[in-house]
Order: sequence, then structure tokens, then C-alpha cells
Amino acid sequence: MAKAELKSDTKTEIEDSSSLKGTLVSVFFVGFFIVVLWVGVYFLYLDRF
Amino acid sequence: MHMHKFEKIWLIFGVTALLVFLSVLGVSAFYLGNQPPSCLAVVDPTKVDEHETFKEPGLKKVEGKDWDYELVFVAQAFAYTPGTVEVPLGAKVKVIATSKDVIHGFGVAGTNINMMVEPGYISEIVTTFDKAGEYLVLCNEYCGSGHHLMTSMIKVVE
Amino acid sequence: MLKSSLNIKVDRRDAKLVMAHFYVAFIALLVGGLAGLLQVLVRSGKFELPAGIGYYQILTVHGVVLGLVLTTFFIMGFQLAAVSKTAGTFTNKQRTIGWIGFWIMTIGTVAAAVMILLNEASVLYTFYAPLQAHFVFYLGLTLVVVGSWAVGTTIILKYAEWRRANPGQPSPLLTFMALVNTMMWTVATIGVAATVLIQLLPWSLGLVETVNVGVSRTLFWYFGHPLVYFWLLPAYMAWYVMIPKIIGGKIFSDSLARMSFILFLLFSIPVGFHHQLLEPGIDPAWKFLQVVLTFLVVIPSLMTAFSLFATFESYGRSQGATGLFGWLKKLPWKDARFTVPFIGMLAFIPAGAGGIVNASHQMNQVVHNTVWVTGHFHLTVATAVVLTFFGVSFWLVPHLTGRKLTKKMNKLALIQGYLWAIGMTFMSGAMHAAGLLGAPRRSSFSEYGGAAQAAEWIPYQIAQAVGGSILFIAIILMLYIFVNLAFFAPKGEEEFPVGEAANQTEKAPMVFENWKLWLGITVLLILFAYTIPFIDLIKNAPPGAQGYKLW
Ligand SMILES: [Cu+2]
Ligand SMILES: [Cu+2]
Repeated sequence: MAKAELKSDTKTEIEDSSSLKGTLVSVFFVGFFIVVLWVGVYFLYLDRF
Repeated sequence: MHMHKFEKIWLIFGVTALLVFLSVLGVSAFYLGNQPPSCLAVVDPTKVDEHETFKEPGLKKVEGKDWDYELVFVAQAFAYTPGTVEVPLGAKVKVIATSKDVIHGFGVAGTNINMMVEPGYISEIVTTFDKAGEYLVLCNEYCGSGHHLMTSMIKVVE
Repeated sequence: MLKSSLNIKVDRRDAKLVMAHFYVAFIALLVGGLAGLLQVLVRSGKFELPAGIGYYQILTVHGVVLGLVLTTFFIMGFQLAAVSKTAGTFTNKQRTIGWIGFWIMTIGTVAAAVMILLNEASVLYTFYAPLQAHFVFYLGLTLVVVGSWAVGTTIILKYAEWRRANPGQPSPLLTFMALVNTMMWTVATIGVAATVLIQLLPWSLGLVETVNVGVSRTLFWYFGHPLVYFWLLPAYMAWYVMIPKIIGGKIFSDSLARMSFILFLLFSIPVGFHHQLLEPGIDPAWKFLQVVLTFLVVIPSLMTAFSLFATFESYGRSQGATGLFGWLKKLPWKDARFTVPFIGMLAFIPAGAGGIVNASHQMNQVVHNTVWVTGHFHLTVATAVVLTFFGVSFWLVPHLTGRKLTKKMNKLALIQGYLWAIGMTFMSGAMHAAGLLGAPRRSSFSEYGGAAQAAEWIPYQIAQAVGGSILFIAIILMLYIFVNLAFFAPKGEEEFPVGEAANQTEKAPMVFENWKLWLGITVLLILFAYTIPFIDLIKNAPPGAQGYKLW
């Protein structure tokens, strides 16, 4: 039992130290910026004659 | 070749966004007719003054077309003809332009009227002048030492 | 297998060849930076050029010297260094070809520069016909291109030699990347060489009366878009391979890096119409097709963004960082070799987003030829790319000259990067904003006959002058650092950082080295995107245009 617990602990730790959560959030920030800029200029295009 | 799960998510998001952009542009261009100016007609640049369309620059009422007026501009270093023009508010207008010498950039500030004017080619764009005001016409492609002095004015009036 | 060819130090003879390129590049930075300063001052409306010097003459200097000379020379030098380091010292024959290329490029540069200074070629760096420059200007540009082909040959020969010596092995990543960029450049420059040699040179010599404007512009832009990727890919080389080593981390994935470079090779070229969206003579359906292809070339940049963040996060977490963004704190912010290129990476976010807007077919009407576009490429090439090149210089120059980047120089380098960030935020930000209001690019100060709209642009032009002046200070600082690293810094060893892949067991697929395949697809895509509209341009051509000298 104790052994199994130890094992699962190490596992979560390894997972955490190799996590790319921050990367995912960062690239989505980039994606958000791209979408906002594009939509903004698109509405400017629609608004003008 | 291994790809991380998050990278797949990111690329799916990115590619989807690009596809959405392209779909919006494509529908607007091919179904609603909002194509960028791409006229395929040509003219002899040395005989612009004799050309049917360009011998009288300015605003003309037309009948039986999809637009009510034609607004003709001739560009040359370093002036536009006409130098100022009034357009009635709400008029649907085909703007037509060409150059007698080098390349110019026909730009109307604050509008989507923006097209390259090249010797030998006719440039056209159809639009509805639906906001009153004074709109500066300028040259936005380098054409020589007086490039920044090329102007005209479109007054959209009630 | 890498160890057999990986030099610890770039060979002294190769280093000399690389430094020769860098001298020209940094002289160009001085001249072009000074021209840029004069431009923003004139455009503020508070300053006039002395001695009858024309604004557009200065503008031509700025564009040619920074857009064509600084970039090409730096890139050629950098790629030579990267190949010499990772695929081994050049043979005497290879190096001689490199030197011949360097001198041809230099002679061409001097010829073009003399014509610009004599006011015989104020046609800007895009030299659109029918503005007609002195034939020596066109000849000079041809020599720059031909010389670059010779330098490229050095790289191709070394690559071929490495492959023969290491059968069945993927080439070193940096060599691979330099090779991809060299091939892209070679395929792309055929377009500009064609318009200059077949059209503009005979025309400027008076051998033919007129020129086909539509064809000339199309050939130019067939080259013009891959030109910007030719600038960008060396920066990506540094981001993918060198930055991980500098921070002490690993390359996120060797194979994915190669894949993104292959995608750049395929999709950088058949997209030139996104610079010609608003011009007559080209069917809008073909324009849209190239818009679609342009959007495809966004994908490798999305991959790059992920890889870079992943490299940073993996490194930070290996150092014990926790939480969503804890890894940011672990990055070596005090190291200019990292921080200055990092500012460049950040700039590429708005730069890339703006690029997507520019290429969006009819939306181009909002921004085309406005100063927004100028703001855009001052983020791409003049921040993302150039700051990365500066970041590379901080270690590569002392590595080549057998000197060291001192603490003091590192500090100055950091200040230089911050100043650039501040100056560019002002200048490029104001350009983007004024562009959306309709302010044109490539224009001297003008009140446009007192138009109310033009008056609104002036505060933005003053902001540009403030930003541009700060940038000029940053340029002076950079030149000081370069001279120090080249001639005065203390003798020592500076590391040439080459990162290792995180996963050493994963061998890059050999299909990436199949150039028959990739060049074949590249050519097919080009033929697909260009053949019919190009034939149309020739078949439906108007009477040709005669030349004008309007400056
Ligand atoms: Cu002009
Ligand atoms: Cu482009």
C-alpha cells in the first residue's frame, strides 16, 4: 500500500515538472490577440465605404 | 515524429481560426461581391486624354447600370484631375482611375477606396458613399519628388 | 554522429569570411539608421533637410541599405558561421567561392549606393517601373543577388559533402536550416533577377523603349514575400537552436523544427499576390488563391510559437518552477544574449497578427500602402529579426574574433534592447494607428492642402519622431558594442551555443533531407499559383510604359 502511494506520488510530480500548461495558456493568449486584431480591422472594413 | 497533445490543441485552434477568417473573406468576396479592385481593362497610357472614359474626368450620372454615377480620376505626376469633386450622399458610385505616367496609389483617407493606379491599366471600385464629409484623396505609392503633394478632395454632401 | 563534425570553435579562416560580411552589415546599420532618423524628423514637420537633399533619396538609402544590404550580409555571414560550426570547416575551394560571392555582393552594393548618392536612383528599394533609375543601379542589385548565390553555393557544397561523409544520417539541424533558407532564397531571387536582367536593365540602357509594368511587379513580388521569410528564418534558427542552449534548456523537438522549415520552403514563395491585392490586371480569384496559400504559411509560425514557449517552460520547470507562469522567473533576464532576442520574439506576436490582417484579401483596402504597413515591417524585420541578429552578434562576434563579451558590454546590450523596445513601441505603434486613419507610407511631410484628416495625423508623426530618435540612440549603442566586440574586448573564449534536442533518441525522419521531393513540390506550387495569371498578364498586356525620372 505504502509502496503504491509512493509510486503515484512520483508520477504526479514528474507530470508536473514536465507540464506545458503555461505554454498552452501563452499560445492561446497569442491566438486571442490575433483574433481580436483581425476582427477589429474587419469591422473597420465593414464600417467604411 | 511525436507531437505534444497541447501542441495539437493549439494547432487545431489556430488552423480553425484561419479557416474561419478565410471563409468570412471568401463569402464576402465571392457571394457579396466585395472583391479587392482587380479590373482587367487596359488603356494606352500615351492616349489617356483621347479615351472614352478619361477624356472628361469628374462625376457623371449613368443610366441602366448597377451604379448611379461614375467618378473618373486621371493621375499624373503630381496631380489628380479633378482636384475636387462633390458626390451626393448615398450615391452608388463606380470610381475609375488610370495613370498617364508612373504608378500612383489612389487612396481616399478614412474609406475602403484604395487602389493601385498603373500606366496602361484601368482601376475600378464600386462603393456607396453613405457618410457625409470631406475625404482627402492622396497618393499612397511613391511616384517622385512631389509624391506627397498629390491631392484631391471628395465632398460627400446631402 | 554530430561530434565528428561539430567544431568547438569556428575555424579562423572561416571566421574571417563571416566577419567580412558583418563589417558591411554594421556599416549599413550606421548609414541606414542615420537616414531613418532624418526621415522621422522631416515627417514631424519641424525639420528640413539641408543642402537640397531629397527626402526620397534618403528614403531610398534607408530601404536599400537596411532592407537589402544589412539583412543579406548579416544572414550570409551568420549562415556561413552556423554551417562551419556544425558541418565542419569549409574546404579551401568552398571558402574561395564564399569570398568571391562576398566581393561580388560588395561591389554591387557600392555601385548601387553610388548611384543613389548621385541622385540617379531615388526609386526606393522596390524600384517599381516605370520610374527609371540609372542602369548601374540595376546592375549593382544584380551583382548583390549573383554574389549571394555564390555564398549560397558554399553552403550547399558543404552540406553535400557532409551528407556524403555521413550516409543515412540527418544533417546537423543548423546546417539543415541554413540550407533550407539558401534554397528558398535561390528560388525566390530568380524572379527579381529576371525582371532586372530581362526587363529593367535593357530598358534603362535604352535598348528597349518600354516596359511591361504588370509583369515587372509580379516578378518583383514573387521575390518580395520570400525575401521577408529569408530575413525571418535565420532569426528562427537562433530561436530554435541557440536560445535553448543559452538559457540552459533543450530544443523542444528537432523534427518539428525541421518540419516547420520545410513548410516555409513550400509556402513562402507562391504568395506574392498578397502584395498586389489592390492592383489591376490580376483576376481576384487568383489573388484569393494566393491568400489561402499565405494563410498556410502562418502554420509553421504557430508551431514555432508553441516550441519556444515549451522550451522556456520545460527549462523553468526543470529548475523547480511551479504554477502556471513560475517558469518565466527562471529565465536568464540578465543575459543580453537571451533577453534581446526575446524582445524580438515578443514583437513578433503583433507583427504576425498584423501580417495576417495585411494578407486578408479585401481587408487589405483598409491598410494597403498606409503607414500601418511601415509599422508592421518595423516590428517584423526591424525588431523581431534585427534584435535577434543583435543578440547573435553579442556572442558570435567575440567567438569569431577570439574575445569576450564583458559584463559591462552585456549591460549596455541590455540597455540597447530596452531602448529599442521603447523606441519601437512609440514609432511602430503610432504608425499602426495613423495608418488606420489613412496616413500614407513613403511620404514626406505634407499638410495635403490643409485637409482636416491630414492634420489628425501630425501628432502621430511627432510620436514617430520621438520613437525614431530613441531607436537611433539604440543603434549608436549597438555600433559601439559591435566595434568593442570586434576590436577592443578582452581576449578570451566566447561560446557558440548549439542546443541539443530534448529527446535524443528520436532521430529526425530522413524524408526531410529529400530535396528532390521538397523542391519538386515547391516548384509545383509556384507553377500552380502563378502560371495562368502570369500568362494573362503577358497576353492582355497594355502598351508598354516608357521610363520616367521624376525626382
Ligand atoms: Cu505618389
Ligand atoms: Cu508578404
